[in-house]
Amino acid sequence: MSDCLLEISGLRKFFGPVEVLKGVDFSMREGEVVSIIGSSGSGKTTMLRCINMLEEFQGGTIRLDGETIGYEETASGRKRKSETEIARQRALTGMAFQQFNLFPHMSAVENVMLGLVKVKKMGREEAREIALKWLERVGLAERAGHYPGQLSGGQQQRVAIARAIAMNPKLMLFDEVTSALDPELVGEVLQVIKDLAADGMSMLLVTHEMRFAYEVSSRVIFMNQGVIGEQGDPKVMFNAPQSERLAEFLKTSSFV
Amino acid sequence: MGYTLNFSAVWRNFDDLLAGLLLSLELAFVALLIGCVLGLVTAFGLISRNGWARRPAALYVTVIRNLPILVLILFAYFALPQMGIRLGKIESFVATLAIYSGAYLAEVFRAGLISIPPGLSEAGLAIGLKPRQIRTSIIIPLMIRNVLPSLSSTLISLFKDTSLAAAIAVPELTFEARKINVETFRVVETWIVASGLYVATCSVLAASMRVIERRLTLAR
Amino acid sequence: MSDLLHFLDQIWLARYVILKGLGLTVSISALAIAAGSVLGILVGLSLTYGNILLRSVVRIYTDFVRGTPVLVLVLASFYILSAVGIDLNAFQAGVLALAVFCSSHVGEIVRGALQAIPKGQTEAAKAIGLTFRQTFVSVLWPQALRQMLPTWVNTAAEMVKASTLLSVIGVAELLLRTQEIISRNFMSLQFYFLAGLLYFVINYGIERFGKYVERKTAVPS
Repeated sequence: MSDCLLEISGLRKFFGPVEVLKGVDFSMREGEVVSIIGSSGSGKTTMLRCINMLEEFQGGTIRLDGETIGYEETASGRKRKSETEIARQRALTGMAFQQFNLFPHMSAVENVMLGLVKVKKMGREEAREIALKWLERVGLAERAGHYPGQLSGGQQQRVAIARAIAMNPKLMLFDEVTSALDPELVGEVLQVIKDLAADGMSMLLVTHEMRFAYEVSSRVIFMNQGVIGEQGDPKVMFNAPQSERLAEFLKTSSFV
Repeated sequence: MGYTLNFSAVWRNFDDLLAGLLLSLELAFVALLIGCVLGLVTAFGLISRNGWARRPAALYVTVIRNLPILVLILFAYFALPQMGIRLGKIESFVATLAIYSGAYLAEVFRAGLISIPPGLSEAGLAIGLKPRQIRTSIIIPLMIRNVLPSLSSTLISLFKDTSLAAAIAVPELTFEARKINVETFRVVETWIVASGLYVATCSVLAASMRVIERRLTLAR
Repeated sequence: MSDLLHFLDQIWLARYVILKGLGLTVSISALAIAAGSVLGILVGLSLTYGNILLRSVVRIYTDFVRGTPVLVLVLASFYILSAVGIDLNAFQAGVLALAVFCSSHVGEIVRGALQAIPKGQTEAAKAIGLTFRQTFVSVLWPQALRQMLPTWVNTAAEMVKASTLLSVIGVAELLLRTQEIISRNFMSLQFYFLAGLLYFVINYGIERFGKYVERKTAVPS
């Protein structure tokens, strides 16, 4: 229990009348790299976004490092925490998006600095130093002054990862970070993630890159119709899927 | 304060307001029709590579867009007779609004024209159409669809400019409202009803433009 | 040639009148833009982030103002306010009407600019732990401002043009001063031309300034 970094139990989420998460139970330890796979509409991205409170959820709990995320139980029932508290909790996790979502009016280094200055209340100089260190880690030190519009998709995504990781999150969430990239730019981004994994960063990734999930993850989760269908060691799961669903899914996914 | 609303005086004169509104609509219809033709021709000038077509078009648009319409109206009605150009109030106003709207509509049409992929004209040329046929059967129909939303808001704002005809005593809606205001002293009521008529007319115009838009929208 | 000299002579005679009118035109426009923009930003924020009640009320306000000709706003403001006992002079009533007109335009511009920002921007800001206020100040507003700057400057030129309508209620701005001059020397062609030229110079200047600001604040790409 105490060595659990993330513990999700009974997570339920509705979009209007449609139940997209039907009671997800999941936990991961610190330092684990877990990939979530599954067809589109299976709820994998929604689950990731719930952890960061980018989606409201209607049932179940998410605990990160012992803290209950987003909601609290009161005498009068389940209540959403205050905006300030949710903002603080969001900073405990880092998130990289499919569409990068860099702030176009800020240079690369300013993008990374923003959270450090506004959320961590660092001085600009200290923030700049840390930001530059992380830009160097993702191989973009010499692009620090460039604006997002001047960077390739792969470079933008690496800045976005640096922006998230610079906040020193307990857990990194990656939401299909290579899906919007041209094929030749995918490698550089995956390499950055691999390096972070090697450093012992705890990571939860939604991905379509089966080969990458296979290589980098300590565990793979297969989401199916709003619940976890199957999970385990990627080598076992990919070679001997237990369920028909997973076997079917793996067959139709390109494993290059 | 101590002002109590009493609409009866306004209702007694409501026919005058309606007659004014009708004239407003007539002024707008004629002026904007001419303005559309003027704007279309100017728009082709604006996108032309030929400087002899482009420069006068650009000059016309720049000059008109930077002038207050009231100055143009007064100039046309009071100053032009000094040059021997004598028009009646209504003719003078319609001519002014037509020229004025032409410049704004030219900008709207230009934006629509440059959004049409050049490949379409080339495809027209390839099947042997003449440039004029390409313009009338390919470019203009597509351009109209492209510009409908901004055309709608431009036409509505130009319709509202008919109120300025009151400045040269054309008996349109604003002129009638002011007359009722002065004659009956039912100030608040008069202006509420007058602007209500304008708002209603603008809504109807906007709604009909949306209907046209829906009819013309192409499946994508 | 002598006509031209006569014209120049008349301009010289009327120089203070013209300058006074010009000064009033500039003050009217500046006040209307300033007040209208402040009000307009509030309108835009209400339309974008307000609850359903606030949104509906503000929506009715903007639709009503945008559906009414500016001249009607000016006349209504001038006549109505005094009739209900609010004591404003013609200048104040006119500026108020223009500010109201300006606010509905700026409100739409602000709303449009804020709504054009992709949702991912807010999400990314949330994800690094920014509160809504911080997100608005650092991420949304700077982007909205860049996007709306050209249209905003355009609105300023619109206000200068609309300021001529105050001549109808007797505010002695440039156009009314011009009419006064013409009533004395009967040179309507020349002096309307002069007024037009002055308006053109002001508005063209605003337009060029807008282009300059747009270039200066453009995000490199």
